[in-house]
Amino acid sequence: MVDLLKGYNVEKLKSENLRLLLTYSFASLSSHIHAWLISSMGDGMAALVSEMLIVGICLIAFLVPLCFFLGYMERKVAAFMQLRLGPNRVGPKGSLQIVADTVKLLFKEGLTPTASDKFLFNLAPIIVVVTSMLVMAPIAFAKDLQIWDLSIGVLYVTSISSIAVIGILMAGWSSYNKYSLLGAMRSGAQIVSYELSIGLSILSVIVLTGSLKMSDIVMSQSNGWWIFKGHLPMWISFVIFIIASTAEINRAPFDLTEAEQELTAGFHTEYSGMKFAMFLLSEYINLFVVSAIAATLFLGGWMPFHIGHWELFNHIMDFIPSSIWFMGKTLFIIFIIMQFRWTFPRLRVDQLLTLEWKYLLPISMVNILLATLIAIMGWHF
Amino acid sequence: MGLLGEDIVTEDGEFVINMGPQHPSTHGVLHLKIWLDGETIKRVQPHLGYIHRSIEKMSENLSYRNFIFATSRMDYLSAHINNEACALCVEKGLQIEATPRAQVIRILMAELTRLASHQLWWGCTGLDLGAVTPFFYAFREREAIMGIMEETCGARLTMNYMVPGGVMYDIHPNFQNRVKEVMKQVKDNLHEYFEILTGNVIFENRTKGVGYISAEDAISYGCTGPVARASGVSCDIRKWFPYEGYDKVQFDEILDTGGDCYARYMVRMKEMLQSVSIIEQLIDNIPEGDFQAKTKNVIKLPKGEFYQRVETARGELGVFIVSDGAASPYRIKYRSPNFSNLSAIEHMAKGAKIGDLIAIMATLDLVIPDIDR
Repeated sequence: MVDLLKGYNVEKLKSENLRLLLTYSFASLSSHIHAWLISSMGDGMAALVSEMLIVGICLIAFLVPLCFFLGYMERKVAAFMQLRLGPNRVGPKGSLQIVADTVKLLFKEGLTPTASDKFLFNLAPIIVVVTSMLVMAPIAFAKDLQIWDLSIGVLYVTSISSIAVIGILMAGWSSYNKYSLLGAMRSGAQIVSYELSIGLSILSVIVLTGSLKMSDIVMSQSNGWWIFKGHLPMWISFVIFIIASTAEINRAPFDLTEAEQELTAGFHTEYSGMKFAMFLLSEYINLFVVSAIAATLFLGGWMPFHIGHWELFNHIMDFIPSSIWFMGKTLFIIFIIMQFRWTFPRLRVDQLLTLEWKYLLPISMVNILLATLIAIMGWHF
Repeated sequence: MGLLGEDIVTEDGEFVINMGPQHPSTHGVLHLKIWLDGETIKRVQPHLGYIHRSIEKMSENLSYRNFIFATSRMDYLSAHINNEACALCVEKGLQIEATPRAQVIRILMAELTRLASHQLWWGCTGLDLGAVTPFFYAFREREAIMGIMEETCGARLTMNYMVPGGVMYDIHPNFQNRVKEVMKQVKDNLHEYFEILTGNVIFENRTKGVGYISAEDAISYGCTGPVARASGVSCDIRKWFPYEGYDKVQFDEILDTGGDCYARYMVRMKEMLQSVSIIEQLIDNIPEGDFQAKTKNVIKLPKGEFYQRVETARGELGVFIVSDGAASPYRIKYRSPNFSNLSAIEHMAKGAKIGDLIAIMATLDLVIPDIDR
């Protein structure tokens, strides 16, 4: 051992090994898999399809436990706020409660109302889940861990996520239920309106980064996150983004589409069993997606907490793996959104639209001017 | 089977929704037929009778001791006060009065019931407006009050504690201590109620200016209780027609002039504090003596008509007994507060949104079994 290392600077080698371990990039793993697939299947469709399959399986294997965790987290957060214990019987500290609930939903009969449009009725939950999964593509989960770093990443996210409203409208329309129809109509008005604010607050970040690519947006924050570098406009657009995305994913206090006390369950009144579970699944995936995007745009994604030229401090921060940074930030935003749900009463439908068109949208418009001014003058750090 | 759009609207282009009898926010089996134009309500029609148990008719075959307990099942959230009204009416017929000790116990129990009822209402109002958390905060204190009830009467909801001439048993030895503890808890925690719901901007937007009813309309619809008092109608039976010695305790009649959901909300919130104050005045001053006046085993009321009204948590409850001198009433009629308050719902909800209707129902504080009886 000693002989082998003769002539080398042992200390330097050790530190390099350590650095290799810390800055381990998923790029090497994915390129290995890619090379192996090409070598065994050739450079054709087969390799591409099997690569997609692998990605899909990995995504589902990541999302389903994540949704279980988010469901458990939500129940515990709710219980904590409501002076009660929350699930504590199934599994350690009740952690398997959600699994038990899912099994129950799987075994339940998936009723289809006689008068419903059966094709659309069955298609709707699939559309809702598929769109929320599609949005995952450009999200950078860790350093180099990204499904598809396409050049219009943010634009892709906003455009694909707006397809979900079609699924909700379809569900409400095809159920042949007046409550469902009302819920679906509300969701149409709501999601279309709040997309404007989301788009404008995303745009204010784009103005500063100059790129729609997710990896560029993350890299632009290597010397500080936008929320710290971009002065007041970034704070405003962060808050607007959180509010508007809570409305976009139909969570309380903007859950008018399901509004239990008004419309029993809104657009998914008639759904049961696994079809209902699909809506639930998509709700949690959407929650994760909007939080992940907020974390990427404003809190630096997987980028560790860096301050300008404090090399030592930045170096220490780099020791925490990038995936932990990303998940930590995302879960923090999820935690905030969960607290909204268990604190606020629900808005009325006209107040919901008033909030968007009379307050958020004008503020966003002024805000984007400010952000542009900062970008042009180079006032940001 | 028609497609959506063909048979889903009426000839006038109205969208008809049957809210209830199975609906999360009708608090029971209230059935509201709503004619909508988009989200705007054009007409509301309550359909009653889903939980009619003919309590009035049943009482004609029950003795004057037994018919009292059927009234626990009317407004189950103020069961004590309902029972008290019946007991008072029978006492009026017998021309006796409950013993001084029993009177104070009755007031204490009635105010505890009012407090518990208002707490439940507060929680449900939050729930109806989409905030789930207040419900649990409200139940924390309500649970403590229910514990006191359970200790003394053995029951938590339908207490069956009133008999003509007094109360059924003496209070539990722990009663005074526990009531003091709970009153302290209620006063300490009441600020949380205001923090989590009252000052919330969404809550204020949802309730202010919603479901307005003027004082004249409140009177003409026969609204009583907090609903009328929120429109500025002074109608507290405890002040105007004192019974059981309510004239000897200090309390204010809470009045508001808003007439909207927010005013009704604030009236009830302030009434909670008044109830606490009444209880605190009396808890150390329960007179010694019998808890029940001596009455005959079989009570027979003299021939005639007797009417007694009390202030329940929801308004004025009137008990009208017609006696033909037999051991059971010839006819009984209850004037229930919820029935009259419900009748104002169309007036309040016309032109409002669906969400407003929920807020209106919540602040009317409807208990459906009291409407149907």
